[in-house]
Amino acid sequence: MSTTTTDTKRPAAAAPKTAAGKAADYLDQRTSVGVAVKEFARKIFPDHWSFMLGEFALYSFVVLLISGVFLALFFQPSMALVYYEGENPASMHGELMSIAFASTLDLSFEVRGGLLMRQIHHWAALVFMASIVTHMMRVFFTGAFRKPRELNWLVGMLLMILGLLAGFSGYSLPDDVLSGNGLRITDGVVKSIPIIGSYMSYFIFGGEFPGEHIIARLFTVHILLVPALILALIGLHLFLMVLHKHTQFPGGGRTDKNVVGYPLFPVYAAKMGGNFFLTFGVLALMGATMSINNVWNYGPYDPSPVGAGAQPDWYMLFLEGSLRLMPGQTEYVIAGYTLSLNVLIPAVIIPGLLFTFLFVYPFVEAKVTGDTREHHVLDRPRNVPVRTGLGVAFLTAFIILAVAGSNDLVATHFQMSLNAITWALRILFFVGPVIAFWITKRICLGLQRKDRELVLHGHESGRIVRFANGEYIEVHTPLDDQERWLRVNYDAYKPLEIAPATDARGVKRKGYKADKRWQRLSKFFFEDRVEPVTPSELAAAHSHGEHDSLGSVHEQHDALPAGASSTEQER
Amino acid sequence: MSENNNPTTPSTDVDAAHEAGVVAQADRFTDPGVPEHKPRLTDTDPQAAKRAERIVAALFGISALGAIGSLVAYFAFPPGGTAETRLSTLLFGLGMAVSLLGIGIAAVHWAKSLMSAHEYVDDRHPIESSPEVREVAITALNQGVADSGIARRGLLKGALVGAMALFPLTIAVPLISSVGGDWNVDKFRHTLWQRGTRLAYDPNGRLIRAADLTIGSVAHVIPDVPAEERLTHHWITEKAKAVVLLVRMNPDDIRSEQRPGGSYDGIVAYSKICTHVGCPVALYEQQTHHLLCPCHQSTFDIADGAKVVFGPAKRPLPQLPITVDDEGYLVAEDDFDQPIGPSYWERLK
Repeated sequence: MSTTTTDTKRPAAAAPKTAAGKAADYLDQRTSVGVAVKEFARKIFPDHWSFMLGEFALYSFVVLLISGVFLALFFQPSMALVYYEGENPASMHGELMSIAFASTLDLSFEVRGGLLMRQIHHWAALVFMASIVTHMMRVFFTGAFRKPRELNWLVGMLLMILGLLAGFSGYSLPDDVLSGNGLRITDGVVKSIPIIGSYMSYFIFGGEFPGEHIIARLFTVHILLVPALILALIGLHLFLMVLHKHTQFPGGGRTDKNVVGYPLFPVYAAKMGGNFFLTFGVLALMGATMSINNVWNYGPYDPSPVGAGAQPDWYMLFLEGSLRLMPGQTEYVIAGYTLSLNVLIPAVIIPGLLFTFLFVYPFVEAKVTGDTREHHVLDRPRNVPVRTGLGVAFLTAFIILAVAGSNDLVATHFQMSLNAITWALRILFFVGPVIAFWITKRICLGLQRKDRELVLHGHESGRIVRFANGEYIEVHTPLDDQERWLRVNYDAYKPLEIAPATDARGVKRKGYKADKRWQRLSKFFFEDRVEPVTPSELAAAHSHGEHDSLGSVHEQHDALPAGASSTEQER
Repeated sequence: MSENNNPTTPSTDVDAAHEAGVVAQADRFTDPGVPEHKPRLTDTDPQAAKRAERIVAALFGISALGAIGSLVAYFAFPPGGTAETRLSTLLFGLGMAVSLLGIGIAAVHWAKSLMSAHEYVDDRHPIESSPEVREVAITALNQGVADSGIARRGLLKGALVGAMALFPLTIAVPLISSVGGDWNVDKFRHTLWQRGTRLAYDPNGRLIRAADLTIGSVAHVIPDVPAEERLTHHWITEKAKAVVLLVRMNPDDIRSEQRPGGSYDGIVAYSKICTHVGCPVALYEQQTHHLLCPCHQSTFDIADGAKVVFGPAKRPLPQLPITVDDEGYLVAEDDFDQPIGPSYWERLK
């Protein structure tokens, strides 16, 4: 079929009349944009405040690009030394400094709006990382990483790591004393790596620390390499998000086979577009009112001075704290070679373990549930007590390390012994996560039992009734359909069941040991569980009569199967 | 109740469970369906809708005023000294924030109060492609493999892999050979200090006379080099290894030294670079003779050979042996006897 025939076949009525229609027609004939509009214009997105956390990350990244382009037009990544000729700030006039530092001063004091852009850029970086971390918390605690989204979780992990790299490389660019000491710490950490450490240090700095290359190298990493990778991965992240369609919180009518919410056009176009302006607006407000990283107070990089009470940006605190907590005795000399475990463990191995946990968790959970279905309805965190407990334990370890990264400020603010704080945090780093896990798991199980009780007996109404025989009861109002559904609609997984060690003919089965290990892990996850109420249980509860709710005997009896399963195997 | 919930076939979807023929699933509650739509005030009251419309319009108006205000501030308040720059940043930024927040709040308010609040339900389809599609895809791949002939012509496969494996070297080799400078990591072992180098104050370069130091005084020290040499970038790299902390204490307080005889009349000099990860160790406590690294709190006892008393460092700070020359100036007797700063693999080789 030739194009002419297509054209002649067009019904006359379809010819557009309005300007917008003509433009759309022009575009569609050249791009078949109509297909995309048909597909996406009324695409349904579910609604929840926590779904905005990822949006904040995306929008602060856009703000980073906008303010970053502005800064890149004025910043000069050179370590050549000059005398600062600018009049402002007066304390820096005539000082010898690198061109990188001088151009940072210049774009802050001579370029109109430059300081605002610098401060917006720095705040946006902090908010970017904070949004990524809280977004990951939402995804983790609601189980949004389950099939089919495991790969997108990995993409998100890579984005988080790239965000750390972007922040670190940008922080060091002004070539000031504070960031210079940060680079020196990096150099020390790199040197601790066995065998290749010294060479890696030369690789990074182009020779001995600090050399004359590092700022230019970090600049390329910061404005080309890392942002290009972040952009590409954001593209992949969003593509997968659209492909999978967004997850939704549980509720009436929401299943793994549908998505309930509002259309992209116009509701989400307005909400998401508005959210971008809100994010940008708040960052502008922060940049306008809160000064950050006043490098002229620190001065240009000089290897000798150092400030007390210096803190890295918040997302680096955990690494700093990890370095601070490690006792120094763990440096060993083996056959004449030095193995600095006092640096290697806190700066390489601990973060490696933390990230590995996040990378593998979705796959471990899939294995211990034995569940291969797609999940699009989110979990309420209480309904997966061990996952929630592990997440809180992870956060506890992260926060303890971050506090350790500020142990000197804690000591000076609260007039405490620095050594005592360090020792307390050393112990807490091991004990804290275990306690946090146990408490969280108990709270989750408690909340699940509360759900059961509410479903079986309803809400307390506050209405006290006296019967003719003198008995007092409080009337309980039964749950409506929607609320009951929210509280009963979940799966309580059981530990895996595996095939026996030997088959029917008594031959040893291959892979039995591995299966056994997975079963043990599965038991750790699911042997304590609270099952959702079933209709027959509810009917049984009701058959006891409407005023049973006071009788703790009934309640105990009803809750027994769930309670018993968790107490008899208390771990 | 627990048998109702077989973990291998649990499902939140009651229909799906029925389809799968799991009888036990029957004892589960049924989905009550999407909750009934509750109209908002703006859906039922035209007055309220009109009010919402006016609020949205006013918010857009405030945004426009903010944008104009920020431009006024931009031209009326140029940056200058620290105070002027702060004011310029504050006013320009506030205008910008108002213009952005105005748009944002207006758009969200519009969506929440005036746009349709009816929830829609879309179907999801399994992410995996259908068996038919898979079959076509596999056929296409097989066809492609057959067409390319790679399965039959083993020579081609080997040649392709070989060429692809070698070509990255053309980029990697020049990159790696240049990126590390001269790769001479032995430079870690030497500093500018040598026998007879005079000690000078950091940063002005004034020489230090032993007699000028009172007991309890501390000095940040650099090697004495010609002033013009200190203006080069090479100096910063050398200084990063050579900085020294000098303390004069009562000679009786010195319990031990790393290099016996390295002190002079109670004056001791130790490398200022922490043996942990290389921060300058700069906080000296006169009473205890403890030296604290502000980065990670490694604490060294200067009176006891700079041994570690707390924190993540393992080794003491290397000592710089000093004496005085004929004119009474402090001079180094030798370079450090070990690499300064953080440990590395071949440090002792």
